[in-house]
Amino acid sequence: MTSKNISLPNAEDLLKMLAQKIQPLLQANTALVGIQSGGVWLMQKLLVLLEKDIATNAIEHGTLDVSFYRDDYEKRGLKAENRPSQIPFDVENKNIILIDDVFYTGRTTRAAMNELFDYGRPASITLVALVNRGGRELPIAPQITAAEIALDASQNLQLIQNQDGSLSLELQSLNFNQSQVHMHE
Amino acid sequence: MNNPQLDADGRLRHLLSIEGLPKRILNQILDTAESFVGVAEREVKKVPLLRGKTVCNLFFENSTRTRTTFEIAAKRLSADVISLNVNTSSQSKGETILDTVDNLIAMHADMFVVRHSQSGAAHFIAKHVPDHIHVINAGDGRHSHPTQGLLDMFTIRKYKPDLHNLRVAIVGDVLHSRVARSEIHALTTLGVPEVRVIAPKTLLPAQVEKLGVHVFHDMKAGLKDVDVVMMLRLQNERMNGAMLPSAQEYFKTYGLTQDKLNLAKPDAIVLHPGPMNRGVEIDSSVADGSQSVILPQVTYGIAVRMAVMAMLAGGQNPGSQAGSQA
Repeated sequence: MTSKNISLPNAEDLLKMLAQKIQPLLQANTALVGIQSGGVWLMQKLLVLLEKDIATNAIEHGTLDVSFYRDDYEKRGLKAENRPSQIPFDVENKNIILIDDVFYTGRTTRAAMNELFDYGRPASITLVALVNRGGRELPIAPQITAAEIALDASQNLQLIQNQDGSLSLELQSLNFNQSQVHMHE
Repeated sequence: MNNPQLDADGRLRHLLSIEGLPKRILNQILDTAESFVGVAEREVKKVPLLRGKTVCNLFFENSTRTRTTFEIAAKRLSADVISLNVNTSSQSKGETILDTVDNLIAMHADMFVVRHSQSGAAHFIAKHVPDHIHVINAGDGRHSHPTQGLLDMFTIRKYKPDLHNLRVAIVGDVLHSRVARSEIHALTTLGVPEVRVIAPKTLLPAQVEKLGVHVFHDMKAGLKDVDVVMMLRLQNERMNGAMLPSAQEYFKTYGLTQDKLNLAKPDAIVLHPGPMNRGVEIDSSVADGSQSVILPQVTYGIAVRMAVMAMLAGGQNPGSQAGSQA
């Protein structure tokens, strides 16, 4: 059941908003880390949108696939597809900007933080999510988001990469009308 | 479908042999291993997947390297590992295999890594254990050594990514080699178009062609234009059985020297499962040469074994898929 893009915000517009909010954080000793898959797509686009600041501050970037750190591994096993995590810089004492597409329970973030710490001790981690859909189960929340969309547990919000490389949000749900979209600013 | 290696949802439950595993599973193991390679290069060389699980290495036959790499693989997944050399313990006091296994299950072991000189031993244990326990065959008799076959495939794929365009030669004692059987099944399942075996007639199983390989008795003809040379270990005890005249004679005819290797493609790679007999099946200069990938095989073997254990231990809930978002 797919109710496609009914009044969902445009992901590319949200991304531009996100870029503006991230820009002041781009200082020396900062690094971007995208969480597979959506967070990596967003990071790739941010690298272009914020090219100047990234070059000026020599900001490095990497990717995480948190499959090996998930708390539901025992129940669900491994996905058929894993991508190697790639952190080609020294995490020790870096200010990490961690990028995810949709923030939900906080469990992915927990897994990502655990994995990051196995590379070293960062000076700080800032969590950036394109959308916060509500429903967190842990004391973890994104510091920077472009939109908040309250969804109930029967709904699944996903970031999709289209054939032309553009990003869009897709909601799989039976009762979309109950949810409320609230764009920031 | 009655494949003891897969559960009702087609997921890997035990790893007993490569024969009978679909291409989908082989590729999933190799792809997952890709993600584990990097773990060894990090500050903390561990992931928490098997935290709180107990892996039992049950070695009824000695093998230092295989046991060590399984042990490292399990530890890098955060499992607790017990390694038992059973031939030196209870079995010599008369305990049966299944009694040994049952005792370890009573100690809450979660996974068995089994090496035995009898073909079918791991299969026998897999049939016996309850559903939540997983068995990995680490070599049984002349039958199978699936993780060796998989790590060889992983190594080949690293250097020659297009498996559909390869010519591979397996050289040596195919008759007694569980490694060769696993390699042949893996290569043909993954779609390698031409697999050759090169050996004297006394070291080839009857009707080996039925496995889908081309048979050569002459090294020079067999190595011509191959991309990959997979050497097998020649076990010294074969000399006694009058299968071969002598080690020197064997080296002269079937030992891999640089001269013979030059008949293969210039960028051909050389694999060997170890332990090597230098000067018997392989010349030292080839073993240590630029075309040798024998040490990378050992390194990749750990990632491949981590992938197998990780795929076995997770997903006790039938029907559920790994999480998409959170």
